[in-house]
Amino acid sequence: MALTLQSACSLSPQVALRPEPFGALAYHYGNRRLVFLKHPDMVSVVKSLSDHPTIAATFDACGIANERRPSFLAALENLTKSEIISVG
Amino acid sequence: MSAETLVSQLKRGLDAPICLTWELTYACNLQCVHCLSSSGQRDPRELSTAQAKAVIDELRDLQVFYINIGGGEPMIRRDFFDIIGHSIHNSIGVKFSTNGAYIDTDSARRLAAMDYLDIQISLDGTDAATNDAVRGAGSFDTAITAMENLRRANFGEFKISVVVTRHNVAQLDEFKSLADSYGAQLRITRLRPAGRGADTWHELHPTADQQVEIYRWLLAHGENVLTGDSFFHLNALGEPLPGLNLCGAGRVVCLIDPVGDVYACPFVLHDEFRAGSVLDPGGFTKVWRESTLFTSLREPESAGACASCGSYDACQGGCMAAKFFTGLPLDGPDPECVSGHGEELLSARTSSGIATAPKPTSNHSRPVSLTRKPARA
Ligand code: SF4
Ligand code: SF4
Repeated sequence: MALTLQSACSLSPQVALRPEPFGALAYHYGNRRLVFLKHPDMVSVVKSLSDHPTIAATFDACGIANERRPSFLAALENLTKSEIISVG
Repeated sequence: MSAETLVSQLKRGLDAPICLTWELTYACNLQCVHCLSSSGQRDPRELSTAQAKAVIDELRDLQVFYINIGGGEPMIRRDFFDIIGHSIHNSIGVKFSTNGAYIDTDSARRLAAMDYLDIQISLDGTDAATNDAVRGAGSFDTAITAMENLRRANFGEFKISVVVTRHNVAQLDEFKSLADSYGAQLRITRLRPAGRGADTWHELHPTADQQVEIYRWLLAHGENVLTGDSFFHLNALGEPLPGLNLCGAGRVVCLIDPVGDVYACPFVLHDEFRAGSVLDPGGFTKVWRESTLFTSLREPESAGACASCGSYDACQGGCMAAKFFTGLPLDGPDPECVSGHGEELLSARTSSGIATAPKPTSNHSRPVSLTRKPARA
């Protein structure tokens, strides 16, 4: 299922984030996947997903400019595949 | 941010390691001929239970997500369950390597009851002859018994961990079927000339043709087989294998040895790559963040003799440990360079008589007695 700006997402409770100079490392204790969040803005987005009803609202709140949204959305889509974030 | 900048970020080092190996003991019931830590006898200075737990507390504060526990045979320690329990309780997942000798029905049940625990059973052949030639008589049956015990205890998916040698390359498919038959995951890693492996590497390491075979096999099966990203020197053959393409030593990888010494990676147990000790003031954190050795490993490296090679971006000149213990310059080709440059250098060194490779500094092999001890009266 493709993610859209209208999807609602949240960070999995099994994931820990560790801040790093480039952004953060995300580790999923369940499936043991380690994922790089390669930009500090991506970290803010991931952290605040569950505070907002849609991805678009999260982007608004984190000040993600329109031209960056497609690549951010694609990155989020990848995070659903590794179960770092889940839809709903 | 592109993937390339991520790799350069990683090369500059992280606030805490991603892949931390902790060898709990040098004691081992086996004496594998390629043991990376030359294990056998317990070191009397081994960290105590309290010291080990203090290290875990520090790793928790650093947000280390998981640790790779090895040895020696880690389950030999009487406080093994106490230590891994403390780690898991502090949200540090544990992945431990074992030869299986201590996984009886009881301990298999105990292990199966724990969360965030992965087990790697070491196996270097799909039959007793191939395996035992490297790992010692009876070690194949021991590993299989451990796997059976884990299966009966419903442990779930464990890992079978294989060091690829000249003698088992042809068994890769069989290893995969064996793993599948146990619902296990296969992990294959590169043989490095570390520890006792420094002495046996020349006879055991895969031939040039076999390197190509490994590369093709990994391209075909890579998705379901773990490698610890250890075969990146093969990327010079073409399409890159999945994984991080860099030597992580001191950047994302490090080793804590049984006495608490911190090394740049598990395969460089030599004074030259010892960064400090967890017992030093400032502990592991200070060693990781500030030691002279780790700081220098995070500086941009020179490609040396590899600079003129078109494959440098793909293979990064290979593994530092492999170069070091075969006596090759660190800023040059890997001894298993797929273009054959490493072998040229090695044979040039041998024929000119300057072939002195550094010896691993810590050796806990059991003494071999050449004469039979007199029977006790
Ligand atoms: S010469 Fe160096 S960079 Fe080129 S393939 Fe060999 S090891 Fe890799
Ligand atoms: S020295 Fe070799 S084994 Fe150690 S981290 Fe570097 S590439 Fe890996």
